[in-house]
Amino acid sequence: MPSDKFELRLYVAGQTPKAVRAFANLRKICDEHLSGRYSIEVVDLVENPALGRGDQILALPTLVRRLPTPIKKIIGDLSNTERVLVGLDLRPRKAGA
Amino acid sequence: MSTKSLDKSQIGKAPTGISGLDEITFGGLPAGRPTLVAGGPGSGKTLLGVSFLVNGAQTFSEPGVLLSFEENAEDLAQDVRSLGYDLDKLVEQKKLLVDYVHVDRAEIEETGEYDLEGLFVRLDHAIKQIGAKRVMLDTIETLFGGLNDAGILRAELRRLFRWLRDRKITTIVTAERGEQTFTRQGLEEYITDAVVSLDHRVHEQISTRRIRVVKYRGSTHGTNEYPFLIDRDGITVLPVTSLLLEHAAPDARVSSGLPAIDEMLGDKGFYRGSTVLLSGTAGTGKTTLSAHFVDAACRRGEKCLYFLFEESPQQMVRNMRSAGIDLSRWISKGLLQFHADRPSRHGLETHLLEMHHAVEVFEPDVVVMDPITNLLAVGTSLDVRSMLTRVIDYLKSRGITAMFTSLTTSEQSLERTETLISSLMDTWVLVATQLEGRRRNRQIYVLKSRGMPHSDEVRNFRFSPHGIEIEPAQRDGDRAPARKQRRPNARKGK
Repeated sequence: MPSDKFELRLYVAGQTPKAVRAFANLRKICDEHLSGRYSIEVVDLVENPALGRGDQILALPTLVRRLPTPIKKIIGDLSNTERVLVGLDLRPRKAGA
Repeated sequence: MSTKSLDKSQIGKAPTGISGLDEITFGGLPAGRPTLVAGGPGSGKTLLGVSFLVNGAQTFSEPGVLLSFEENAEDLAQDVRSLGYDLDKLVEQKKLLVDYVHVDRAEIEETGEYDLEGLFVRLDHAIKQIGAKRVMLDTIETLFGGLNDAGILRAELRRLFRWLRDRKITTIVTAERGEQTFTRQGLEEYITDAVVSLDHRVHEQISTRRIRVVKYRGSTHGTNEYPFLIDRDGITVLPVTSLLLEHAAPDARVSSGLPAIDEMLGDKGFYRGSTVLLSGTAGTGKTTLSAHFVDAACRRGEKCLYFLFEESPQQMVRNMRSAGIDLSRWISKGLLQFHADRPSRHGLETHLLEMHHAVEVFEPDVVVMDPITNLLAVGTSLDVRSMLTRVIDYLKSRGITAMFTSLTTSEQSLERTETLISSLMDTWVLVATQLEGRRRNRQIYVLKSRGMPHSDEVRNFRFSPHGIEIEPAQRDGDRAPARKQRRPNARKGK
């Protein structure tokens, strides 16, 4: 399991139910699995529309793991903890998953 | 806003600026609505869309946004540079904005509900930045390969097209042709305003591109397949079958370049804007006769476009110089332009288009095609006839005087073609050689010439260092004074 610091960025567009849900799910997962070694930056594209281009944001919400590299993206409201952990490389991908 | 759109009985059109396409759509694409452009790989979808955006930005003061899902901005700019499009400059001038949308399935995990609001935000931001009126989505169905949830994707695309309609953005959406459905992802279900299909066919190693307007809600449109061409000047569509027999028939006459031939044509020459067939066996002087015609036109200050299907321009100029006709000076004066092409390089449709295109660019008064019989290498005689019909209609509609040379080989095969072709021509001049003793004697005569009295005589002619010299009429004394024919004709003129 990596011990580096996780730099995460959550892209949303306004306070939509999906965005709120995604943020809550993310906080819960991070607190449980990355306690003390993570930071979350929330980027609201409604306020900063130009920022979507840099990280190639298309779907919302999108969680971007900027560190550790390589960059990973997880889209959706992060309701499936298992898949989020796989997406963040905190759990090995199951064969056929 | 709604009242404005209501009191319009006819829908507004956004011109594409693509020569020919605006004609077959009677003005362009539906303004403020999306149009689906579908075609196989390499069919020219992207180029069509880019032309639409570039022309919009340059000519119609409508800035455009290009959302590219397949190529990044640099590659795209590189691809269209050969067509004369400078995307970078338009981007600099804020008339165009290119956003490369890249989705890599490998780096994306999907969990739970999402939407494509990020795409909407980006597009909205891009549109607002330059005040865009046009958008191209190229090729949005690439998203189906990048995201797993096709259900979400379809709902979001439907929302996107509605969103663009609400903003009155004229949009081109490109899509791959599908096997079972019209497009691979069935986008035709979402975009019903206008659908254009592109096709790139290779038949007997000869490629032809075709375009068809499959659907255009609220507007009439040409329903045929039209050939189109992609070259350094962009896309040209040829609305060939929409031509009608309604060109003007001017009374003005133009000289053939040889007073003796003019004489045989009621002493005045050809009608301006008419078509002349010049046929004969090999080595009878058809090309030299057309060179006289061209030379005379250039002397009058007219522009000539000469299509060569057999020789290179250099060869032609050299040969004519030795025959006493200096064509190079007309080239340097910009009055004469050669267009040399091997017939076997393209199909007839493409040849036709290239000719159209060359005529449109050069705007000649006179066109020569030498020899049209070489086109038989790429089509049947009926195909060639149909192509020439279109060429002739087109040239006539522009008031261009045209000369076609035709090579007669033996007595049989090509004779038939000639008969097929000759009915399209206003004037038919024949040249032949006859053995007289130990000498080959060249003869010329007018077989027909519509709308004017013309001579029945057969005259002998020969090559001199000053061009062709036609002997005076041998029978009647009331016309054809001898002094005219003895003069070297290439020296004549003003």
